[in-house]
Amino acid sequence: MNMEVNNELIDKLAILARLEFDSVSREAIKKDLQNILGFVDKINELQLDDVDPLIYITDEVNVLRGDDVKQTITHEEAMKNVPVKDSDYIKVPKVLKGK
Amino acid sequence: MNPLYSSLSQIKIDLESRKTDCISLVKHYLSNIEKKKHLNAFLEVYAEEALQQAALVDEKIKNKTAGRLAGMVIALKDVLCHKGHKVSSSSKILKGFTSLYSGTAIERLLNEDAIIIGRTNCDEFAMGSSNENSAYGNVKNGLDETKVPGGSSGGSAVAVQIDMCLASLGTDTGGSIRQPASFCGVIGIKPTYGRISRYGLVAYASSFDQIGSFTHSISDCSLLLEIMSGADDFDSTASSKAVETYSTKLNFNRKAKIAVFSDCINHPGIDIEIKSRTLNYIEELKSAGHEIEFIDFPYLDYLVPTYYVLTTAEASSNLSRFDGIRFGFKSENAVDLESTYKRNRSEGFGEEVKRRIMLGTFVLSAGFYDAYYTKGQKVRRLIKEKTEEILSRFDFILTPTTPTTAFGLGEKSDDPIAMYLADIFTVQAPIAGIPAITLPLFQHSNGMPYGLQLMAGSFKEAELLAFSAELMK
Repeated sequence: MNMEVNNELIDKLAILARLEFDSVSREAIKKDLQNILGFVDKINELQLDDVDPLIYITDEVNVLRGDDVKQTITHEEAMKNVPVKDSDYIKVPKVLKGK
Repeated sequence: MNPLYSSLSQIKIDLESRKTDCISLVKHYLSNIEKKKHLNAFLEVYAEEALQQAALVDEKIKNKTAGRLAGMVIALKDVLCHKGHKVSSSSKILKGFTSLYSGTAIERLLNEDAIIIGRTNCDEFAMGSSNENSAYGNVKNGLDETKVPGGSSGGSAVAVQIDMCLASLGTDTGGSIRQPASFCGVIGIKPTYGRISRYGLVAYASSFDQIGSFTHSISDCSLLLEIMSGADDFDSTASSKAVETYSTKLNFNRKAKIAVFSDCINHPGIDIEIKSRTLNYIEELKSAGHEIEFIDFPYLDYLVPTYYVLTTAEASSNLSRFDGIRFGFKSENAVDLESTYKRNRSEGFGEEVKRRIMLGTFVLSAGFYDAYYTKGQKVRRLIKEKTEEILSRFDFILTPTTPTTAFGLGEKSDDPIAMYLADIFTVQAPIAGIPAITLPLFQHSNGMPYGLQLMAGSFKEAELLAFSAELMK
């Protein structure tokens, strides 16, 4: 297919992935992606029209368990690794626009 | 370097006769860790805790209440959750993160009185083949410090290689146990997908990842596998198939039927000495009465491309949880919600991780999903079905584990594709979901070890281990 990787594509992917790149690292990732896509394009050589995609690797079907309420961690434990918090809540930047 | 003990059964004899105890064992390993600190194999050593645990296990041994792993000192790759201990996936984004629970495999080891001595360095989020992608520095190969240990479980491989512990756990997504085991001269196994629960393993590519071990002996490899394996309420992909007592079934009382891929042996990237030694070894196996056939595997050149399309897609999805809000790295430069996500992630993740997230985002994005991701899944089916068809006619597939011995630090750092091709012989097993093992049978004239890889059919670990034990004799 020889897909061209340009700045526009990198910017679009960066938005989707919630990453950002300065101009130097953008050039580097552009070059890397171009090379890697050229490499993985190999799979397009195969005739795949009649092949179903393989989604599950295990043979297990309908693995179910009882719908029992269990407490695996406490509120206090869950808060332990939170970077910005007050006593009970995780603090996040303002989500709603305006004042 | 010869380890003090190369199997738990040796240790047990000396524990029995009071020639040693767990405290002495832990002290021995701690002293080796200290002596070889510059190899950077460990990110954290639990010296005091391991000694306390050793005292406890010694007490249990005296009272004859000790578990099956009493006397085994183990290190954990830094992607495995161990309650109350840090786990960082060798990433800045998880710096300071403490596990709130232990993974199922870890829990099962602890229940059998294993002593955990520390957590080992690895490539960030298990992405890499040289252990040069760690946010906490490279790991050096203990046999030649100018060489890489392989990756991603490089620290775990070196920890066993240099006798810093008897065994260690790693994880294998495309070869992350077997390739470093080959480079370091130890045994490494990747079990069948679903044999061991992945609960408590920081996910890279969920349909590929498996926990496995590094050991000096097949008996330890078998024992660890039977203890860690089995169904788990916390992982619905963990198989409910009964677990065999592999460690008691290590006699392979028949002749094996083995397939060798001609294209693999004749691969242009393979070291000439590895090729000729492997061919000689095949002749030796034939003389010993095993049946060997050279066959074609039509998808060899499609393995690594398929692996990268699918694993990066899964990685981009798995790693979306790292936003630095509920846990993880918080950037000082974040001002609003959007920049909080972007800066936490961009400053927290390393280069290779970002590269794979970007590729994975691309193959999953609208307009490219069918052309890449769906096609990758289709090729995976072709590879899996062809591999299964071969393994319905043969007991094992034999290949060199790696095309070369351990390469130099920095040698492939600037070329992601050259690095990706280091996994050419190891990616087939996780693509097909089958078990594979590397055995440290060979020594190159350049002084470095390299392994022989055997792959077997799904859940055929008992046969794989028994035949491996035969070859290790």
